[in-house]
Amino acid sequence: MRTLLFSAVLLSGIACAQSPVDVQKVLQRDFQARGQATMERVVQDGLQRVCTDTHDRPPSELARQLEADQMKTIDFPQGSLIGDWKRGERIAQGGRGLTWNDKPGAGEGSCYNCHQLAPQEMSHGTIGPTLLRFGWMRGNGPEMQRYVYGKIYNAKAYNLCSQMPRLGYSGTLTSEQIKDLVGLLLDPESPVNKQ
Amino acid sequence: MTRFFGTIVILGLTAIPAAAQDTKKEIQKYQQMIAEGSPVELFELEGETLWKKPQGPHNVSLEKCDLGQGAGVLKGAYARLPRYFKDADRVMDLETRLLHCMTTLQGRSRDEATKRVFGNENQPSEMEYLSAYIAGQSRGVKLAAGHTHPKEKAAYELGKALFFHRAGGWDMSCASCHGEDNKRIRMQELPVLHKPQAARPIMATWPAYRVSNSQFKTMQWRINDCYRQMRYPEPKFASEATIALITYLTVTAAGEPYRGPGTKR
Repeated sequence: MRTLLFSAVLLSGIACAQSPVDVQKVLQRDFQARGQATMERVVQDGLQRVCTDTHDRPPSELARQLEADQMKTIDFPQGSLIGDWKRGERIAQGGRGLTWNDKPGAGEGSCYNCHQLAPQEMSHGTIGPTLLRFGWMRGNGPEMQRYVYGKIYNAKAYNLCSQMPRLGYSGTLTSEQIKDLVGLLLDPESPVNKQ
Repeated sequence: MTRFFGTIVILGLTAIPAAAQDTKKEIQKYQQMIAEGSPVELFELEGETLWKKPQGPHNVSLEKCDLGQGAGVLKGAYARLPRYFKDADRVMDLETRLLHCMTTLQGRSRDEATKRVFGNENQPSEMEYLSAYIAGQSRGVKLAAGHTHPKEKAAYELGKALFFHRAGGWDMSCASCHGEDNKRIRMQELPVLHKPQAARPIMATWPAYRVSNSQFKTMQWRINDCYRQMRYPEPKFASEATIALITYLTVTAAGEPYRGPGTKR
């Protein structure tokens, strides 16, 4: 209870300190729903608000609280989380999903937009860290599988103001697709871990 | 013309694999090569025709449209936009001002004039042609968007707040991609647009022709498509939010000589 109150006070303190412009009201007036991109998307949730107001540097106690809330959104499947790395590679290459001109339903990961993964793919972004040889360096035991699955499902559970989308939580990827991406990162046969 | 495009495609194919070795240099070389075969001039010429063409219920051209430097004055007008317009009592960017002139001077309805603001490779839009022509009349003029009137200052502040505002299906702000030095999406380098040295060359070359899809793109389109990729709903054309962002970016780029319309990947 005390920690809850504490974070409530912090939240309201930040809300008062922000700029006088109510950006959310502007978005509600100046944007319009199109396709699957509904107007609910311009209503900030708690972490979007905190990350905006603190320029992605939230007070650590509040960050821990909100990360714990995000962790509760992750529904970890039973058994091995290592899916098919070949399907995972296709999901990592694709960039569709959730935009107003995409079909509603499962999308793709957009992984190469920001990360290096398989060394054969030289056209990769650098917004996120390189994931080259990720499983080779870190192993692929149950804990590591859980970490990778969780990080893809909801990156904000591990780093509140990460720039990485919450790919499972947002409905961009299904549980099966995330397992295939875990395979791409952790399977010893995946090109990410070869040589 | 077709031969020009053929050359562009071939150069493009050879330039991309080589980019892996010395990425930055190769990308710059590639950009220089595509600029040399650019059809921007054709868009400017068609824009001039449309500027002078009588249209709408009043059957008049846009030649008396005041873009901020007096009725019909085009020289340097684009470089000083967005700015506050007393007759409309709001800040306007080029496309918003053109829309204003279409509805007031030409008597066209807003619905008709905005029916097709973004074109495609087969049929560019009227806004795209006009933007090419008018922007071209500012070559060599330093960017100096309005930043003195209270509404211009408010637009700048709103634009800045929007730039860092995180929302949408993927929790993104403009700064998610354009906030840190030396980042790329795939091979595309990302300018850090809140910094003058990065904003200057970008704002000095929009609107622009894009070789990858053979289309001429305006600044309103650029904002629209960023929000699409950020998994937001759609920003309304010529809305205060879009004008505020364009104001923020152009004020940040102030002082850079305009050298567009550009030619981009």
